[in-house]
Amino acid sequence: MSNTASTRPGFLVRLREGGPRAILMQLALVAAVVGALVYLVVNARAALQAQGMTSGFGFLTQATSFSMGEGYFNFTPSDSYLRAFAAAIGNTIVISAVSILTASALGALIGVAALARNPILRGVAQSYVYLFRNTPQLLQIIFWYSFFALLPPVRDAWSLGFGIFASNRGLTLPAPENGSVLTLMLIVLVAAFGVSTLVMRKLRERVDLAMSPRSLGLLRAAMVLGPVLIVWLAAGAPRGWSVPELGRFNYTGGATLAPEFMALYFGLSFYIAAFIAEIVRGGVQSVDAGQIEAARTVGLSEGQIMVRVVAPQALRIIIPPLAAQYISLLKNSSLGVAVGYPELFSVANTSLTYSGRTIEVLVLMAGTYLLISLCVGLGAAFINRLTQYPSR
Amino acid sequence: MTTMPLSRAMAAENAAARPAPPAPSRFVRTRQQLFASPGAGVVTVVAALALAAILWPAIRWALLDAVWYAPEGAAACAQPGAGACWAVIAEKYAVILFGNYPYDEQWRGMLIVGVWIFWALLSALRFVPVRIRLAGWALIFVGSILLMGGGVFGLTPVGTDKWGGLPLTFLIFGGTVAGGLPLAVALALGRRSRLPILAALCTGIIEFTRGVPLLVVLFFAALILPLFLPPELNVNKLVRAEIGMIVFFAAYAAEAIRGGLQSLPNGQDEAAKALGLSYVLRLRKVILPQAIAAALPSLFNDIVRAFKNTTFFSILGLFDVLGATKIALQDPEWIRYTTEGYLFIFALYFVFGSGLSLYGRALERAHLTRLRKAGK
Repeated sequence: MSNTASTRPGFLVRLREGGPRAILMQLALVAAVVGALVYLVVNARAALQAQGMTSGFGFLTQATSFSMGEGYFNFTPSDSYLRAFAAAIGNTIVISAVSILTASALGALIGVAALARNPILRGVAQSYVYLFRNTPQLLQIIFWYSFFALLPPVRDAWSLGFGIFASNRGLTLPAPENGSVLTLMLIVLVAAFGVSTLVMRKLRERVDLAMSPRSLGLLRAAMVLGPVLIVWLAAGAPRGWSVPELGRFNYTGGATLAPEFMALYFGLSFYIAAFIAEIVRGGVQSVDAGQIEAARTVGLSEGQIMVRVVAPQALRIIIPPLAAQYISLLKNSSLGVAVGYPELFSVANTSLTYSGRTIEVLVLMAGTYLLISLCVGLGAAFINRLTQYPSR
Repeated sequence: MTTMPLSRAMAAENAAARPAPPAPSRFVRTRQQLFASPGAGVVTVVAALALAAILWPAIRWALLDAVWYAPEGAAACAQPGAGACWAVIAEKYAVILFGNYPYDEQWRGMLIVGVWIFWALLSALRFVPVRIRLAGWALIFVGSILLMGGGVFGLTPVGTDKWGGLPLTFLIFGGTVAGGLPLAVALALGRRSRLPILAALCTGIIEFTRGVPLLVVLFFAALILPLFLPPELNVNKLVRAEIGMIVFFAAYAAEAIRGGLQSLPNGQDEAAKALGLSYVLRLRKVILPQAIAAALPSLFNDIVRAFKNTTFFSILGLFDVLGATKIALQDPEWIRYTTEGYLFIFALYFVFGSGLSLYGRALERAHLTRLRKAGK
């Protein structure tokens, strides 16, 4: 996109070179678009006023007076709309983040398996891609929801080992007693990983660097794990794990992931994983066979070839389409409305009914989705620049 | 006694040409791949055992222990040891496939589905000229709408609120592609236009639509748009939702077509200009045929996605296959067997979805062959 923009003459130059006729026609176009928009908004205002509804963003501080299914962040009917929206955006981000992580790991695994020499592995990987790619995502989400809804009640829950139970209440699993510390540690882990990547790049660029790869690796491990450890110690080193135990009607202890969450999580991750698998397969295949042969000749092991030779070159091809899939996953988290998971679209949809502020809620919702898509796009562009060959 | 050959070269000259060593049979080749090394052998055994451990219970549930037919009701499926309850499909197939369409008129839906599948297969074989294929699709599309709606040729009128199931899914999909492609071409040309305001406007429309979820676009078109229109203008809900689908599809397809336009060397347009062709003629005869051929593979991804996205209509309270299945499975008697119902339409969507993507792959290969023949 930026390439074509830079080879083109600027906006004003192009406006002038068209001549007066082109300018007039385009001004008429602008007038028509603006006129149509004003006409639509005036209509909506009149219709809303006829129904006795006020407008403006003042409603954001009022109480919602509705509640929704269980999410990662929750709100009560007495909370304000602003809080409800914040919780909804948080839920969208949380479910998208865990789904993106799962889909990436699963997709990479399946993509590599699709290239395996073993026909069984290859067959399984290809069938997975075929099944999950060629069927609608919404159907998959609703299927998982019906699957979780039909699991046995808590009394006869399936025990999956490690203290994990599946029942029609969802998935119950052991959790650390102090959940917020764990969340903070995870955030710090991701941030430290990002920072360490940048620092490592700067270090490797230095010619006079006298550090062995081994000590570089140790330094990096310290940079990533150190801050996490500090957070843990600062919080008083909480170690307690809460393990679910069957009470009379329900589990006590542990954490329960509701069926709505699980359905959306499975539906988002498994579908996108099939697309990521195809992207990974294409990326690995794009690496020149001569590169791999050369790496074998200098005596690298198969694992080293994958990590040192194939992966860095494949990443250059993988990252742009991968980012498109991440954005697609983020946007399709709006399908949570089909199973009642309180993410942004569901909450906006219900707020719209309760508050009657159609235009305001729509602007908020569409604006948030645009902003999130834009952020992921920019982040991907940044990482993409890091992985490209340094230009000389 | 034969004399010894004087040299190896002479021996080679005298010897009869040896046949090529026999190629290992398919079975032998597979065995070699499965047990190439001890490590590979272990992987094979572990993978086969894991696969069997998953597949065997699945086969028992889905085939061996399944209840296929239960005329006396769901009780037959509730027996201990019973596997999948496919009887729910036998019971509900009419609602799943045709929604709330009046029972006596469902032959129309069957006819539509039959004709669409027949023409799709005929088009996929590619011995019918493209012009006739496209004209056939246009005729079938208009004919299907007339047949579904009735009110002509003595057919009883059926309101769009009663439309549903597979015929509706086909019509939504057909309408999306038919309406979306021209809009996509217009948006792509507009975005590449040298008129800066027009280009900015088209870019804005494309990027905005691509930046929000399809659900937001559909929601806006189906539920919010009436609020913005004067009360006298009453557009059918199905048509409004379809407009949303078309705009969303067009925004993605426009990017695919723009890619095709960018792949054309400038010389094509310049040569056509030098011949004195008008803008419309240049587009029709030179630019678009090549650009669309180049864009076809990625365009086909969007088309497959448009087919899968027809399910979004169920969220708006319309009865495409998924929406119709939801109401079919609400029957309290069969409510424990919703999983089977969804698996059935999963298979249905899988057949159509993979058919479409296989056709897309074939088109991509044909395009590559054409490029190679053209020496590119």
